[in-house]
Amino acid sequence: MKFSESWLRSFVDPACSGDDFSHLLTMAGLEVEEEALVAPSFEKVVVGQVLEVGKLPDADRLQVCRVDVGSGEPLQIVCGAPNAAAGIKVPCALPGAELPGGIRIKVSKLRGIESFGMLCSARELGISDDAAGLLVLAADASVGEDIRRHLDLDDRLLTLKLTPNRADCLSLEGVAREVAALTGAPARFIDVEEVAATLPHSRPVLLDAPAACPRYCGRIIAGVNAGALTPAWMRRRLERSGIRPISALVDITNYVMLELGQPLHAFDNARLSGALHVRMARAGEEIVLLNEQTLALQDDILLIADELRPVAMGGIMGGEESGISLATTEVFLESAFFAPQAIAGRARRYGFVSDASHRFERGVDFGGTRRALERATRLIIDICGGQAGPISEALAALPERRPVRLRPARVARVLGLTLPAERIGELLLRLGLPFIREVADFVVTPPTYRFDIEIEEDLIEEIARLHGYDNIPAPAPRGWLSMLPQTESSRSLARVRQILADCGYQEVVNFAFVEEAWETDFAGNDQLIRLANPIASQLSVMRSTLIGGLVANVATNLKRRQSRVRVFETGRCFFRDPAGRPVAGFRQPWKLTALAYGDALPEQWGVVARDVDFFDVKGDLERLLAPHAGCFEKAAHPALHPGRSAQVVVDGQVVGFVGELHPRWQQKYDLPLPPVLFEIELDVLLQARLPQYAEVSRQPPVIRDMAIVVDQALELQQLVSGMKANAPSLVRTISLFDVYAGRGVEAGKKSLAFRIVMQDTQKTLLEAEVDAAMGQLTTYLQEAFGAQLRV
Amino acid sequence: MSLLFSVNMHNFDQIIQDASLAFAATDDPDALEQIKASFLGKSGKITRFLKELAKLPPDERRTVGAAINRAKEAVELALNCRRESIRRVALEARLAEESLDVTLPGRGEARGGLHPVTRTLERMEGLFRSIGFDVADGPEIEADFQNFTALNTPEDHPARSMHDTFYLQDETGGVAPGILLRTHTSPIQVRYMQAHVAKHSSAETMPEIRVIAPGRVYRVDSDATHSPMFHQVEGLWIGENVSFADLKGVVGDFLRRFFESDDLQVRFRPSFFPFTEPSAEIDMAFMSGALKGHWLEIAGCGMVHPNVLRHVNIDPEKYIGFAFGMGPDRLTMLRYGVNDLRLFYDGDLRFLRQFV
Repeated sequence: MKFSESWLRSFVDPACSGDDFSHLLTMAGLEVEEEALVAPSFEKVVVGQVLEVGKLPDADRLQVCRVDVGSGEPLQIVCGAPNAAAGIKVPCALPGAELPGGIRIKVSKLRGIESFGMLCSARELGISDDAAGLLVLAADASVGEDIRRHLDLDDRLLTLKLTPNRADCLSLEGVAREVAALTGAPARFIDVEEVAATLPHSRPVLLDAPAACPRYCGRIIAGVNAGALTPAWMRRRLERSGIRPISALVDITNYVMLELGQPLHAFDNARLSGALHVRMARAGEEIVLLNEQTLALQDDILLIADELRPVAMGGIMGGEESGISLATTEVFLESAFFAPQAIAGRARRYGFVSDASHRFERGVDFGGTRRALERATRLIIDICGGQAGPISEALAALPERRPVRLRPARVARVLGLTLPAERIGELLLRLGLPFIREVADFVVTPPTYRFDIEIEEDLIEEIARLHGYDNIPAPAPRGWLSMLPQTESSRSLARVRQILADCGYQEVVNFAFVEEAWETDFAGNDQLIRLANPIASQLSVMRSTLIGGLVANVATNLKRRQSRVRVFETGRCFFRDPAGRPVAGFRQPWKLTALAYGDALPEQWGVVARDVDFFDVKGDLERLLAPHAGCFEKAAHPALHPGRSAQVVVDGQVVGFVGELHPRWQQKYDLPLPPVLFEIELDVLLQARLPQYAEVSRQPPVIRDMAIVVDQALELQQLVSGMKANAPSLVRTISLFDVYAGRGVEAGKKSLAFRIVMQDTQKTLLEAEVDAAMGQLTTYLQEAFGAQLRV
Repeated sequence: MSLLFSVNMHNFDQIIQDASLAFAATDDPDALEQIKASFLGKSGKITRFLKELAKLPPDERRTVGAAINRAKEAVELALNCRRESIRRVALEARLAEESLDVTLPGRGEARGGLHPVTRTLERMEGLFRSIGFDVADGPEIEADFQNFTALNTPEDHPARSMHDTFYLQDETGGVAPGILLRTHTSPIQVRYMQAHVAKHSSAETMPEIRVIAPGRVYRVDSDATHSPMFHQVEGLWIGENVSFADLKGVVGDFLRRFFESDDLQVRFRPSFFPFTEPSAEIDMAFMSGALKGHWLEIAGCGMVHPNVLRHVNIDPEKYIGFAFGMGPDRLTMLRYGVNDLRLFYDGDLRFLRQFV
């Protein structure tokens, strides 16, 4: 809602002004979103009338004018404007004036001719960008009057950001009512008188959808001059409210809408035939709107239709065919109440909003329908001439205003502030909310212009607003003390993130909607979840993996000359899944994905540089998984190099994967080196283990090493789990400490060296027991894997 | 003739002196031990005197014996001194040799770091936990019901136009009904209250609900100050006597703790949300620094609307409370002086590393 402060002050004129006034509105919930001066400050500019224009010798553009500024002797002023002409009235800056932009006006000589001031364009006065010529003023402007007064330039433009509940403030009168309540300054509303019908003509109106439109008033005004000029004061107010003046009839309907909040529509009466029906659209009907849009209507759209066709979308926009033009002589002027629920969302569905739909869907005062019609009729007759017929009014059941009970004790409980009943009563009165007392309670019947007072809390908000939110205390909170659970069998996401950060990874946050290609490339996803209204095609699919974002992070950082990238993200991933919950049809697990690219370690003097590899990242993952010992199984994954990828199994469940990016994607995404990454279900990482004490052996451990030669292709995990399953119980740990292939080892084979720690909790091991254990392992390895002992 | 008689008592002094000189003449530990042998070894000079001692008459034996022992002790002392000195010199040499340029950087991995918004979220969780708020989470693809309807925002409510909502396609390419990307974290309120009510349905008095819910939310909006995905932290406190004044108290306390400063002002400004009544926007302003005096919007809040409570089977006459939705991205920008929201979602390591 945008308007000029001076227009508002014609309704209510409180003592406060400027920033204080804006602050007052903002703190009452009418947020002043923008405030601007109509014109920057300047002085000594008056209305001048050009009396004569003469040529200046030796100059193409300059002319010499004699200008009457109302001070007796006309002034001689040199002027370069192309539209300087005798007779026009223009702003004239007198010597001593200082114009916006620091231009000082003084008596000067141009081409030897003395000039006693300057004639001004709108731009020179800072009131618009129009610099094409002098600002031509109204012919009836009084010569010598201060231009600021003449053009009402000491005015401010206010833009309110109104919340949807405050439809009552979508008019000057509404804002004035609010300002009066806030400041106590008296409000002077327009005194609207009935315009007596001097014509018998009328057009019947029928309410076929009385719930959607319970009140419709209209009247014919005949003999109007549609080409009449809109008065300057009205044009100015419209312009300062952000509405472009069009023609007198349109301007008047807009003006009354701004003034009183009631949208009006003017039909060209000659283009209507028969009675008007206010009814719901029938499927298949079409209308061409004033904005030239052609709409196919759905059956929940309210129409105004004559006997032939729809002529307007009720409460939204009029039709093109029945609209007024400069040739119109007979107007059918509509003022109606359309129910919010019949208008809400409809225009938006067709991709537009109108000033009318914006107001009707929020609620227009149904007590003011006739008043607005009378007001507009008066203005039309005054400005365009003509005579009015009687008002046709069709009326059905208007919205009820149910009394709302307000209990002072509830006010205290909701606000945490006890207000005396007298204070509550005073605030209600100031707000124009009439009440009766029932013992301690106030029973309030909301006025017809308030659509936001249905329950007690609505009244409490009104009271709090007017009392001032600032005047509600802010004590330290008191509450029920009980400790929050701290489960030791889980750890926080914060802890998990910290582990990764400590491993050198930097957390990033990427968008959850991604390029479609990322989903197919990195997840092989053929069950895409597409957005219906993405902001861009590369942000159109919900991700089922976080890999794409991280790969893109590498690419962006490489462009910024960051050659070593270690990043991770935690976030939800999205899958179509009929069994998904809590939102049916979707599974939305949290995942953690980390990616390493470039040098294994930051470039440094003490370590030989090498690129990060599978085992670096696997090590980070193992650290993250601890105390779980994940089991890694070779498995293919669409994102990963088939020979360098593994799935991670914890407690029998596949919970993620680790591997090197597939060379195909490395090439496609233009990465000089292969990134290594893992993605893991976050749930697993949040599980922790409650430690369980086991007795520490006092017996010395016996350590033996063993080297075996096996087939190159044999996977270690298979070997070790077999060894563990087949070793005698005194074997505590089996750890690999060397892998070797090359000289001394047959081609196609590899040598593995294990350190085997044996211990008994009760007694010292005998040499024979140790030998037997080692023998058992050797035999097992020979039989199960054809391993040869290496000596 | 016995050796003892070929020298007089003065000769012991000579031996001591010889030994000392001999010891001093070497700085090699092995050579020193060899020299030691020539004095104290089996056939060393001192040992030889001792062997001869038995041949002396008893009265001389005592005096000569004492003299030999003194000489032996003196030689041993000289030896030990020399040993110590050689060791010290060797140690010093080793230390000098092993000396490092300690200004060379340490070896190993550099530390990574958390995203700045994560830092904020973790601090927020910590602060609210300290006054007994639980932390909850909820789905990001959300049902229209939880995102709007249960929050007193029915279909076609004008307030829906305040949220530019992302919708999903169904299998045929149309708009999937009833499903959207959550536009705020408030649906978690609904889910949390439902679960809480179910859990305590048999209790006479329901324990208080105190919870915050951080998360990512989505709106069709993208420019210098809006990101189509951003963060929100929902807060909810429902009890038997939780008022608007408490809301002011909690939020004010939070902001002062979060910014570690009393040098800020907080104001509550009437506003409108379908799911709270009364409602407010929370603005804050620093009282010093670059942003001094500028009111910055950081949250929307209000007393939970009775309809929202009824939707989850909580009696609004018995229980009452507040909810807020805060913008942690904005708080992060203010906390660290970041001036462009888009940096948070750009993955630029040069930016992110500043928060290590």
